[in-house]
Amino acid sequence: MKSFEYTVTDPVGIHARPAGLLAKEAKKYPDTITITKGEKSAGAAKLMALMGLGVKQGETVTVTIEGESEDATYEAIKAFFEANL
Amino acid sequence: MVQLSGKKIFNGIAIGKIKFYARTENKVTREKIEDTAAEFARYEAARDTAIEQLNELYEKAVATVGEDNAEIFNVHAMMLEDDDYNDSIQNIINTQGVNAEYAVAVTGDNFADMFANMDDDYFKARSADVKDISERVVRVLTGAEDNNEIGDEPVIIVADDLAPSETVQMDKSKLLSFVTQQGSANSHTAILARTMGIPALIGVEIDASWNGKIGIVDGYEGKFIVDPEMEILQGYFKKKEADDEQKKLLLELKGKENVTKSGQKINLYANIGSPNDLGSVLENDAGGIGLFRSEFLYLESSTYPTEEEQFAAYKKVVETMGGRKVIIRTLDIGADKQVDYFDLDKEENPALGFRAIRICLTRPEIFRTQLRALYRASAYGNLAIMYPMIISLEEVQEIKAISKSVREELKAEGIAIGDNVEEGIMIETPAAVIIADELAKEVDFFSVGTNDLTQYTLAIDRQNAKLDRFYNAHHPAILKMLKMIADSAHKAGIWAGICGELGADTELTQYFLEIGMDELSVSPGCILPVRKLVREAE
Repeated sequence: MKSFEYTVTDPVGIHARPAGLLAKEAKKYPDTITITKGEKSAGAAKLMALMGLGVKQGETVTVTIEGESEDATYEAIKAFFEANL
Repeated sequence: MVQLSGKKIFNGIAIGKIKFYARTENKVTREKIEDTAAEFARYEAARDTAIEQLNELYEKAVATVGEDNAEIFNVHAMMLEDDDYNDSIQNIINTQGVNAEYAVAVTGDNFADMFANMDDDYFKARSADVKDISERVVRVLTGAEDNNEIGDEPVIIVADDLAPSETVQMDKSKLLSFVTQQGSANSHTAILARTMGIPALIGVEIDASWNGKIGIVDGYEGKFIVDPEMEILQGYFKKKEADDEQKKLLLELKGKENVTKSGQKINLYANIGSPNDLGSVLENDAGGIGLFRSEFLYLESSTYPTEEEQFAAYKKVVETMGGRKVIIRTLDIGADKQVDYFDLDKEENPALGFRAIRICLTRPEIFRTQLRALYRASAYGNLAIMYPMIISLEEVQEIKAISKSVREELKAEGIAIGDNVEEGIMIETPAAVIIADELAKEVDFFSVGTNDLTQYTLAIDRQNAKLDRFYNAHHPAILKMLKMIADSAHKAGIWAGICGELGADTELTQYFLEIGMDELSVSPGCILPVRKLVREAE
């Protein structure tokens, strides 16, 4: 299992559009990707649950990647967060 | 006639027939189903049709409202593909043995509730999206038609709420305005209204009996008038005409330079009274803010505003203006703008009394708090400080000593401040005009407060209507003074501008150019009309 912390810089947070992009991106990988904010977690491939986290600008989430190709997925997802969120 | 108020979404005036937009409710009944697998398959087919519809809507919306606003339909399509949403529907069909319509409606309501209960306005507004997609699927399942025919005549749409899929399908050339009871400033309808540049109001208590009546939407005042009296209607026709003219100017002149035919340039800045005015500053293409009256901070508060409160307000303004100049005038309380907690004595003649810089120099603790907030905010943009009601060189020297010690204090505390923050003064007393040459050596700019300067020079109280026949805003004394001020400034290598009402007087624009004024700061709505004249001047 690999994980990283990320502080969201998008002014509206993980709102509909980036959540949609993230869900689409997460579906590309065979590994389980989970986003955690405080006590709440959501699968990165699940759009509604992601939006349900209500992540705002400046808040920090923990992204966990678990699976056979987690090393490669880790790099790709991290790059995705930095580019889009 | 009925007059209501609502929250304004976009400035403008709309006059026209009201179309009451009532959504046909898809009454969903709960029915028992034997073959649950077939029922889920029926759902999946309907969902796929709904996704196809959304993809078509997306294409349509890209063409009419642009990619950013159209993106919502992609998100809607993805929401329909969401695992949790689909699992919930399948689960309800399987465990309860019920029809797909019911399973979709219940699931939609549950997810909508989840969003509605979130504490952030943006996410709250997403509740409408979930309802929208669920209703779409139900419509496909029941074979119901969409009902958003507007008709041939342009209308003001009045509705309880509007879903994005409803607004995007409306014929834009027939839309004068939106008025809704529900919705938020972040809703897609609101965003669409802004994109289309049509006035819109939310939070208005609506009534179905208005259908077909004449309505007026005043997006400036947040007013909605139904069935207006003739007089009011005529007034609004005039207002709308002026508004349309202004919008036309805006389109033609936005982004253009303030330059005469022979190449003389002048800065056109905006006067504002609070950060709430920033929208119109940007909308009217101001080159900067020439007068930000800091009084609102003191007038809206029941005690002295703290350094933090002031800092937050100043920072917001300089950040919003990007690198553009923001000139903030220090406290100008007294005279006509009384504040209880300042505990000022009643005066016989407040215009000539204990006010503005005189309070600041008598009670330096108030002044220092404001200066600290200003200098801290200066690190976030292009901020300049302006001191009002100056009459002597000594005052300016005293102010500069205080501001210098504030800067040093902040530096010692390790707090960042902007480089070369300009310090200027208002020229609004005849005394300051006469010694402008000396004052110019001490400061970075002059800004003429023509309202006070005229009143002090002509010895005329503007509030006294009896004196109107003696009052002349273009009095030669004032015009000569303006030239003296500009000349003194330029001789000392500093710039001069006007931030009083006279700056927006288009009869004088030519004269201001002739005497070489470097800047005019006017209310936001006056910027483009003045720009027009500047560009027409030789």
